Amino acid sequence: MEMPDNKSTAEVSHPRRQLLEVDDLAMHFSSGWGQRKIVVKAVDGISFVINEAETFGLVGESGCGKTTCGRAIVRLYDPTAGRVSFMGREISGPMNGELRSYITDNIAMVFQDPVESLNPRMTVEEIISEGLRVRGFTNKEEVRTKVLDMLDKVGLNEEHATRYPHEFSGGQRQRIGIARAIVVQPKLIIADEPVSALDVSIQAQVINLLNDLKRDMGLTIMFIAHDLSVVKYFSDRIGVMYYGKLVEIARSEDLYLNPVHPYTRSLLSAIPRPNPLSERARVRYAYDPNRDHDYSNHRPQMWELEKDHFVLLSEPEYQRYISAR
Amino acid sequence: MVGRELISLDYAKVALESEAVLEVKNLSLSFRTHGGIVQAVRHISFDLQKGETLAIVGESGSGKSVTTKAIMGILPGNASIDTGEILYGGLNLVQLKEAEYHKIRGKRIGLIFQDPLSALNPLMRIGDQITEVLYLALKMPSRQAKERALELMTAVGIPDAEQRFYQYPFQFSGGMRQRIVIAIAIASDPEILICDEPTTALDVTVQARILELINNIKRERNLSVIFITHDLGVVANMADRVAVMYAGKIVEIGTSEDIFLTPEHPYTWALLGSIPDLDSPKERLLSIPGTPPNMIYPPVGDAFALRNPYAMKIDAVAEPPMFQVSPTHYAATWRLHPKAPPTQMPEVLQARISRMKAGA
Repeated sequence: MEMPDNKSTAEVSHPRRQLLEVDDLAMHFSSGWGQRKIVVKAVDGISFVINEAETFGLVGESGCGKTTCGRAIVRLYDPTAGRVSFMGREISGPMNGELRSYITDNIAMVFQDPVESLNPRMTVEEIISEGLRVRGFTNKEEVRTKVLDMLDKVGLNEEHATRYPHEFSGGQRQRIGIARAIVVQPKLIIADEPVSALDVSIQAQVINLLNDLKRDMGLTIMFIAHDLSVVKYFSDRIGVMYYGKLVEIARSEDLYLNPVHPYTRSLLSAIPRPNPLSERARVRYAYDPNRDHDYSNHRPQMWELEKDHFVLLSEPEYQRYISAR
Repeated sequence: MVGRELISLDYAKVALESEAVLEVKNLSLSFRTHGGIVQAVRHISFDLQKGETLAIVGESGSGKSVTTKAIMGILPGNASIDTGEILYGGLNLVQLKEAEYHKIRGKRIGLIFQDPLSALNPLMRIGDQITEVLYLALKMPSRQAKERALELMTAVGIPDAEQRFYQYPFQFSGGMRQRIVIAIAIASDPEILICDEPTTALDVTVQARILELINNIKRERNLSVIFITHDLGVVANMADRVAVMYAGKIVEIGTSEDIFLTPEHPYTWALLGSIPDLDSPKERLLSIPGTPPNMIYPPVGDAFALRNPYAMKIDAVAEPPMFQVSPTHYAATWRLHPKAPPTQMPEVLQARISRMKAGA
């Protein structure tokens, strides 16, 4: 089911350009020394691509590594292993000033907590214009025009420019965070749980805003969230993470209609739907990796079952799926 | 719409044949703050029937949690109950003294909080926290209390209860902690269980298991449950009846079917239309413009009027009373007045409801 929207249908028929390519990215955190050393494999070898002008959703439960993945891409963390390329250029290599500004010019982040991610001592205008000033915009008039333009785009107005973050509600603060991210005209926005701290009605405002911006500005968005119904609504393609691994990547309709990995199925079956008629009759499917998989002889790997539909399966599981189809 | 009539008081009583275990009548409460007096709850009335689950939904600040705190008698010091009564077992809880409340709170009415970590004592073994209730509430001797605690732990689905009995809260995961909190809440065999956003802090797969557990316990023990949440999916899963709160008032109350399939209040429409539907094509979400009102200065007339595209002139002048839609379904909106011009619910929502009916 495509959006009734010319732009997105046009994009589907064109061959898409890859914007971001993540190849076998790993991010391990270690603590302690010697015998007491503990290594947490927060992200453990994941690969995916994000095409230009698409929304890629990354979904999973808390602690599955989805946030770490986003942060490792923008180099808030230094990845343990793997390669990340942005428009063909590797951005996971040794850090220097030039690479840092290449990354920040092209990739912006929107954070989950709209309270903690805005400096309480800066006015909205200062917050939004900071990125411009860092990039050498000195003409005050020009900066101000751009800021007001951004405020207008995210549904705030001129009088808000001189206020401080604490004067705004949660939804408005998230709009400020979005304005700050898009003012430098990045190609990719990594939105890390941008709506999960908001009330439902406000959540809808912010999702509609992101959708409008995506359409009007041709943004590419990586959308990280734990709520599969929001991710499915918002994304073109979805990656499902479980304990540091991507277990399934598919177009969002395919993922919803034909989930293959047992974890994806359990996630879908666990979402409570606002429909009392179906809720009362529903059957939940519980995922237990020890029961559902036998990886002792066969290491799981990514298989492309159909076009754009990748699933992490071991070889016997793959054979079983193929013969059952 | 048949049977539309004005009822006198601003409260809905459901004409079911079962008995009410708890009745809240015309309750208003306010908080004294530096900014002024916040009218958190304004003249709400509802009742809880034996063995039913009543869900109270609303956004943050709508007064849903405060209402349950009033029932439990655990309002903070700057709160005061201005009008109304809470009737339970022939007592008016509003007038109860603290010592008398001890016989009810945690014994007859159990409470499950949102955050299972702060609800447990981090320095006390899990087993002691469960047996504490049994000593205090039921005066049970210690050996028997331990046996009973192990039974409860098994009942709420904790494996290796014998071993877990001696562990501390930090050794439990979020879902397991919430199970312990549930075990403590049901230890004294209460009649009413109040769940205040019990699964909001949990992952969706864990949430599914906890909801199932609460439903099973409710059925086995014939509990009456008040379930506070902002998640309409959870409501559909749990509730027999639903009360929708906005700006300290109940704006609509009815059975689950009434609220989800034939909603009448524009706020309920907006709430239902603002969540993405998994089965839906990518239609635009209904968003509610603006933000909830500041309850230091509650708006005159209908509190939702400012954000309501269906608002009429009268909404800015007079507060709508509860109109009866059906014997179980009431809504406080002027559009139900016989003289109001006909209004249709938004198309997005109409389409969604017909999908619901078709899919079930």
